[in-house]
Amino acid sequence: MPKQINVALIGNPNTGKTSVFNHLTGLNQQVGNYPGITVEKKEGICKLPRGLKAHILDLPGTYSLNASSLDENIVIELLLNKNDKDYPDVAVVVSDVENLKRNLLLFTQIKDLGIPTILVINMADRMERKGISLDVELMEKRLKTKIALVSARKKTGIEELKELIINYRQISSEPCVNASTIAPDYFDRLRKAFPNQSLYKLWLVITQDVNFGNLNRKTLEQTSDFQTKEKSELKRLQQKETIVRYQFINGVLKETFKKDITTAKDLRSRLDRVLTHQVWGYFIFFGILLLIFQAIYDWSSYPMDLIDTTFAFLGEWTKEVLPAGVFTNLISEGIIPGLGGIVIFIPQIAFLFLFISLLEESGYMSRVVFLMDRVMRRFGLSGKSVVPLVSGTACAIPAVMATRNIEDWKERLITILVVPFTTCSARLPVYLIIIALVIPNERVLGIFNLQGLTLMLLYLLGFGMSVFSAWVLDKILKIKSKTYFVIEMPDYKLPLFKNVAINVVEKTKSFVFGAGKIILAISIILWVLASYGPGDDFDNAEAIVTEQYGKNLSQEDFEKHVGSVKLENSYIGMMGKGIEPVVRPLGYDWKIGIAIVSSFAAREVFVGTLATIYSVGSDEEKTIKDRMAAETNPVLGGPLFNFASGISLLLFYAFAMQCMSTLAIVKRETNSWKWPILQLFVMSGIAYVAALTAFQLLK
Amino acid sequence: MKLTVASLKKGQRGIIKQFAHDQIPLKLLEMGCLPGNEVELVQTAPFKDPLYLNVNGSHLAIRKETALLIEIEVIE
Repeated sequence: MPKQINVALIGNPNTGKTSVFNHLTGLNQQVGNYPGITVEKKEGICKLPRGLKAHILDLPGTYSLNASSLDENIVIELLLNKNDKDYPDVAVVVSDVENLKRNLLLFTQIKDLGIPTILVINMADRMERKGISLDVELMEKRLKTKIALVSARKKTGIEELKELIINYRQISSEPCVNASTIAPDYFDRLRKAFPNQSLYKLWLVITQDVNFGNLNRKTLEQTSDFQTKEKSELKRLQQKETIVRYQFINGVLKETFKKDITTAKDLRSRLDRVLTHQVWGYFIFFGILLLIFQAIYDWSSYPMDLIDTTFAFLGEWTKEVLPAGVFTNLISEGIIPGLGGIVIFIPQIAFLFLFISLLEESGYMSRVVFLMDRVMRRFGLSGKSVVPLVSGTACAIPAVMATRNIEDWKERLITILVVPFTTCSARLPVYLIIIALVIPNERVLGIFNLQGLTLMLLYLLGFGMSVFSAWVLDKILKIKSKTYFVIEMPDYKLPLFKNVAINVVEKTKSFVFGAGKIILAISIILWVLASYGPGDDFDNAEAIVTEQYGKNLSQEDFEKHVGSVKLENSYIGMMGKGIEPVVRPLGYDWKIGIAIVSSFAAREVFVGTLATIYSVGSDEEKTIKDRMAAETNPVLGGPLFNFASGISLLLFYAFAMQCMSTLAIVKRETNSWKWPILQLFVMSGIAYVAALTAFQLLK
Repeated sequence: MKLTVASLKKGQRGIIKQFAHDQIPLKLLEMGCLPGNEVELVQTAPFKDPLYLNVNGSHLAIRKETALLIEIEVIE
């Protein structure tokens, strides 16, 4: 069997690199992590003609090989390490026909590394509309490469690209720009000192602080007969290198690229006039947010109700079908409600990721960054913090990772610290069920649903709290760092259905299997803790109930009372009773206390826990919501979930840091335990105080 | 007073003359912000910060403080 061809997909952000990747691999792809770091690693297998196969690695988008972020380091580290198992046989640089000049900068750098490189010119379908004409043949000659004109949108050119990949051996690996011309003396000395190394590779090692196996900057600097230069001087040389490359590119494009400006009056400027307008821009952004939340609340409630009743029915059904016993109870009372607690998330997570990827794919997200930068800076954040804060409404984990493109360390750290305040989707089920219990389902002003408005307020509260704490942190933290801010404003594009769909499926899947495992495990542990107890009271529950209520109880009532006596005397009941004094001032009973404690692992466990606790010892087919509504407050009387305790719970969940995975990711991204621990205690402290105040004022 | 990108009015264009080499981020150069290139101010956020530019066909946004580092000559 012939060996797989290793292909690395490289390109600037916003060139449609991912679309090309999706077309090459179809659903034959997997998303993992690079070892030791949390950068997403996307790879897939591409079937080529004549029975051949290629392994495609989709590298993070980068503007050049001068790395300024972790994501960009990945690209260089791979391209400089011939021993890496993913080291490409051939590199495919994806460019966008409208930004060819800028895209070619990266291309010429990769070419200088001596890797056979194919140039993909994407969005070829736009050429005619934009009045662009290309002399592909001449361009191939000048750039010493093969070019594939591709339209990921219209699915053209993909087969041609596959042919080029098969024949990669025919592609020249000669560089097209000679970088050593920027400082001939310096490069000469470099060549003499390290005769066995590629010159451009040496240059990259000197100018970047990345690790290239045994060759790193230190060893270069320590080599006696070679002296490197001052940092500022190196920077000057890097600037010179960029200018030399652009001179070459300009020369090539002058001969091969024609643009008729008269036909180029485009949609972009018309859209930007409104969408980035000093007044309307903000109205539209706010309107879009409102639409998203209203939509998520309204649309996903149907599948969610269906899932809720389905799982209630399933639990009941297994109990009837399977022979009675411990095993059946574990399935019907532990596993099925636990699974239900995971599956019920799917509609909302899918909707949220749908909207986020639509905003990102269309190019609108960059406009939001532009509009919000000035406002966010006042709070010690950056316009680029908006993307993490908005992604934070899906999940804090990708949001913390999305802070990587914030260049300024202080702004980035503050963003990481405050992101968990935004309302992530794990809070959603908690919010939804409590809102449904304590906020009337009515309309105000004839249009707005009161429950939907409450949800929107909670989102605003989370956002407000993150901005406020950013402001406080900005005043407290004394970190000196150099700020700069450059962001590309990509062209508006109609989002590609395939990209959006794959993104939604991937993200939902990783939630279900990632967070799902924790939730399921905790559900089972909880079931065990709730089904067994240490003392005699647990085993003698029947006798206790008979003694207390006499023998006149109906069978149904009798079992209900037995169930609750058992639960109170189970392991979990005792733990709950233990913490009850702490949570009672907030308006909760020991059952909610347990749910809160277990949800410190992950918030979404809350509903699942209550589902498990309430379904233990209950035979009726009821939804979780019905069971919760029927609970009464043992001290104050009346329903347990009333307005005061409901608001108190909502506030607790709005502020508390209850997610082990987020803490782990923050530790990894900040490289210190100090920050996650600070988050855990400060946020949870705020949550307790807020919940306490709310309940005591409202009760 | 020397003219910089920050002194452009909306829709106005200029040619980049030079910039403060030690302070300018390399990324800006990589995005096409080079001496001799044309720059147009497309749009500004409130208080003229950040600035949305078209540099030689590349669309990008930078903060005012960075824009002050880029010296230009106004064309029209």
